[in-house]
Amino acid sequence: MARKITYQQAINEALSQEMSRDPRVIIMGEDVAGGAGTDGEDEAWGGVLGVTKGLYKKFGDRVMDTPITESAFIGAAVGAATAGLRPVAELMFIDFMGVCLDQIFNQAAKFRYMFGGKAETPVVIRTMYGAGFRAAAQHSQCLYPVFTHIPGLKVVMPATPYDAKGLLIQAIRDNDPVIFCEHKVLYTLEGDVPEEPYTIPFGEASVVREGKDVTIVTLGRMVHMATEAADNLAKQGIKCEVIDLRTTSPMDEDTILESVENTGRLVVVDEAHPRCNIATDVSALVADKAFDSLKAPIKMVTGPHVPVPFSDVLEDLYIPNAAKIEAAVRLVMGKKN
Amino acid sequence: MSESIKALTMPKWGLSMKEGKVASWLMQEGTSISPGNEVLEVETEKISSAVESSEGGVLRRIVAQEGETLPVGALLGVIAGANDTSEAIDAFVAEFQKNYVPPADDDHDSGPKTQVIEVKGRAIRYLRQGDGGTPLILIHGFGGDLNNWLFNQESLAAKRTVISFDLPGHGQSSKQVGNANFGELTQVVYDVMDALSVPKAHLAGHSMGGAIAIDMALAHPGRVASLTLIAPAGLGPEINGGYIDGFIEATGRRDIKPHLEQLFANAELVSRQMINDILAYKRLDGVDAALRALRDKIFPGGKQATVLREKLGSLSMPIQVIWGEGDAIVPAKQAQGLPASVKVHVLKGAGHMPQMEAAAEVNKLIEAQLG
Amino acid sequence: MQLSKADLLKAYRMMKTIREFEERLHVEFATGEIPGFVHLYAGEEASATGFCMHLDGRDKIASTHRGHGHSIGKGCDVDAMMAEIYGKKSGLCGGKGGSMHIADLDKGMLGANGIVGGGPPLICGAGLAAKVLKTGGVAIAFVGDGAFNQGTTAESLNLASVWRLPCLFVVENNGYAEATSSKYSVSCDDFTDRAAAYSMPGIAVDGHDFFAVYEAAGEAIKRARSGGGPSLIEVKLNRYYGHFEGDAQTYRGVDEVKNIRATKDCLVLFRRRVEGAKLLDASELNKIDADVMAQIENAVKKAKAAPKPTAADLMTDVYVSY
Repeated sequence: MARKITYQQAINEALSQEMSRDPRVIIMGEDVAGGAGTDGEDEAWGGVLGVTKGLYKKFGDRVMDTPITESAFIGAAVGAATAGLRPVAELMFIDFMGVCLDQIFNQAAKFRYMFGGKAETPVVIRTMYGAGFRAAAQHSQCLYPVFTHIPGLKVVMPATPYDAKGLLIQAIRDNDPVIFCEHKVLYTLEGDVPEEPYTIPFGEASVVREGKDVTIVTLGRMVHMATEAADNLAKQGIKCEVIDLRTTSPMDEDTILESVENTGRLVVVDEAHPRCNIATDVSALVADKAFDSLKAPIKMVTGPHVPVPFSDVLEDLYIPNAAKIEAAVRLVMGKKN
Repeated sequence: MSESIKALTMPKWGLSMKEGKVASWLMQEGTSISPGNEVLEVETEKISSAVESSEGGVLRRIVAQEGETLPVGALLGVIAGANDTSEAIDAFVAEFQKNYVPPADDDHDSGPKTQVIEVKGRAIRYLRQGDGGTPLILIHGFGGDLNNWLFNQESLAAKRTVISFDLPGHGQSSKQVGNANFGELTQVVYDVMDALSVPKAHLAGHSMGGAIAIDMALAHPGRVASLTLIAPAGLGPEINGGYIDGFIEATGRRDIKPHLEQLFANAELVSRQMINDILAYKRLDGVDAALRALRDKIFPGGKQATVLREKLGSLSMPIQVIWGEGDAIVPAKQAQGLPASVKVHVLKGAGHMPQMEAAAEVNKLIEAQLG
Repeated sequence: MQLSKADLLKAYRMMKTIREFEERLHVEFATGEIPGFVHLYAGEEASATGFCMHLDGRDKIASTHRGHGHSIGKGCDVDAMMAEIYGKKSGLCGGKGGSMHIADLDKGMLGANGIVGGGPPLICGAGLAAKVLKTGGVAIAFVGDGAFNQGTTAESLNLASVWRLPCLFVVENNGYAEATSSKYSVSCDDFTDRAAAYSMPGIAVDGHDFFAVYEAAGEAIKRARSGGGPSLIEVKLNRYYGHFEGDAQTYRGVDEVKNIRATKDCLVLFRRRVEGAKLLDASELNKIDADVMAQIENAVKKAKAAPKPTAADLMTDVYVSY
């Protein structure tokens, strides 16, 4: 039965159902239970924002609090994956990739290829990204373009509770390392989610609005900004097709190209900084493979090339929004703003 | 205000419809209308269909213009007597628009709600609408669910209780299909009737659901008041095995679309939303195994394993068969040569899903048989 | 180590300023006016003060996400700190950093840090600079018991030792890395056991006792300044509030904080000691209390009234903008 639950509950349910189904699935991370070794509650936090709450009570030692040692425990998750477990490690904020990146990009990502196809590394690294929490420069970044750049990693960016559950179950069942990126602002978003376990294949974009005038390719939290823009524009007679990539690696090129071939116009919306991000990547794809379909230059709407600022006014200015997307769409439609 | 002035409003098809787009008016202002006439075409994100008038009279006013998207319940047009004055109609429209409140976006309580009952260890989702009379039970086909009846159930529920449900392995019911044969599924129909305290019901079954309905009537004739068999299985060995295999094997939008298009005479009815809904269903744990098990037992090797055709004559309740002429899944020629007691209706311009593609006609035929 | 009366007054003022700053933030945060994550240092004041009392303009420190105490200790402007925490343009970082990234390089404060274990490598560099440039300065990395397990910390201890850098690694062990006990997460009973592996002295000190911290800090800093190399110091202390504001702290024992406040509060212990030994009178200390209250009140008032940054500020302070 489908019912409404939050993005955060959807992630928790996916973890719980997969842990029930497969005893090889374990969870590790900083305070994923919370309270290890203390005199108080032994599941005091259930993750810094409570996403894994309740799992320690259900699964006991299969939910492991780690010391604050990302290199060690992310590396251990990778190692455990090569040795028969299916670990889900929580890298609390994606910004902390810096203290464990070697384990991800030089180790996990390369095993399959480097060992001649003989290695499988079924590890999932769950991590929070994105601005909007006034969490400043070291806790608000996107950084998924960095992971997308690296062959051997799969990068997943759910925008809805439904996608969060299905993509996380897929990630856990997948035999390759998956970076599962959760936007912290989306945790409270509600949506219809089936109670049963289900999967969503990687590399399949979701078309969340159909339209003939402009293609908007986007991902993560920006999907909601883009649909808001598309709904506003629809009232003015401009019909946008909004494509949620859902995974940036692999990426569903066909859905992007098909849509641009129909609309002839492309706006790409990405919360990440403007250089070498998903927007530039999609723009390059379309310029390369669908140039003749384009009726207007491609426009990108992204965060600016500055670290995420702390002050609320600055952070609000930083984050792309519906108004900026609408302006970009009107521009490619040849309309004055 | 004249009692003969009636509103024609945006219908709510299925559980999730919030708005519809007026695709085209099939009648012009001034046309006389009988109840059940198709007045205009409406597109939703799931499907397009014709809106029938439940009233008789004259289409006096077209309010919603072609291309306009309006919420459920919004005024589309006005049906009135030929003698009502245009001032009275103006006043009616003004009054309607003043009082009309579009359903709130997050209004979960609007419209009918499905429920779940536990039936012998399986959760079965069902939708009950209407009240009174001998209930009508709607049984969907292979890979379908209760939403296959979205154009039928509400309309048919005007006069009686109508219950649709998801068979095991389908929709939002449990995915365990047990032996995966007709006996197993027939027993589920029987158990659902018991669980919902329905001693006797009219059965309408589509495709595989048609064969289940026949099997139920043969096994428990005392509990079946009539049979409406829509593009039914069970009347011949032929079936489009390629469709069934394709439906099972497809994993993405691009590979399932051509298979789904075979279901309809008008392939454009296969919307992106319909594909998404089917993919979401197929991706639930247990569905793939359930569908394969059902195929292996009921349609092995691209043939129907059980043909009940010869037994239809032994049944004494009213039976009708409704087929789309262009059915690409179960050939309409299987409607030929049935016992004389069986009424046969072959509908032009419809494929394997006449209850969706020719909803008004199918509803009318069901009403006619149920009385 | 002898402390003059002026030193004692300065130390008390420093501790009291930190305490009031944090207690007030605790209240103000609850009103919802302060954005983001705030981690309070209340309860740990004797540590920052005990070390910073020895430092001067040549010296550098790197702090943690719980950085307000170290910032005040190293001389950061309290008004500008408060404005920063409120995200105002007049803030120490123009509103761009916030609580977790308060820094004032002119004061030798290399920043609070949002990355656990971010500071120690930086402090190796600051120590190296002091050594190469022969400034006589020392560099102190304050870390928590969480960061004590980070690879960056382990690598920095080794590097500082092999290069004989004028560095201190001060582990403020408040018992909890977020919600996880250091008894669970740190492999050794005594943090100082790890010092031997890096061939440096390891000293444990009671962080509720300003005088104990001051003395241990003095020894280690003297050693560093005179070319004797780095030290590892574990300061055993407690935090009065959660990991961050909003943390319900259900992992802590019932009345744990209440008991610590009642028996081990560093300000109370300080007053008892100096008043008991007739080094200072209560009236002198009370006056500091009143001054500090007024100072913090004023800082909050100014921070609240200060203007926020503007759109033009978004794209400044980067080398290139797109």
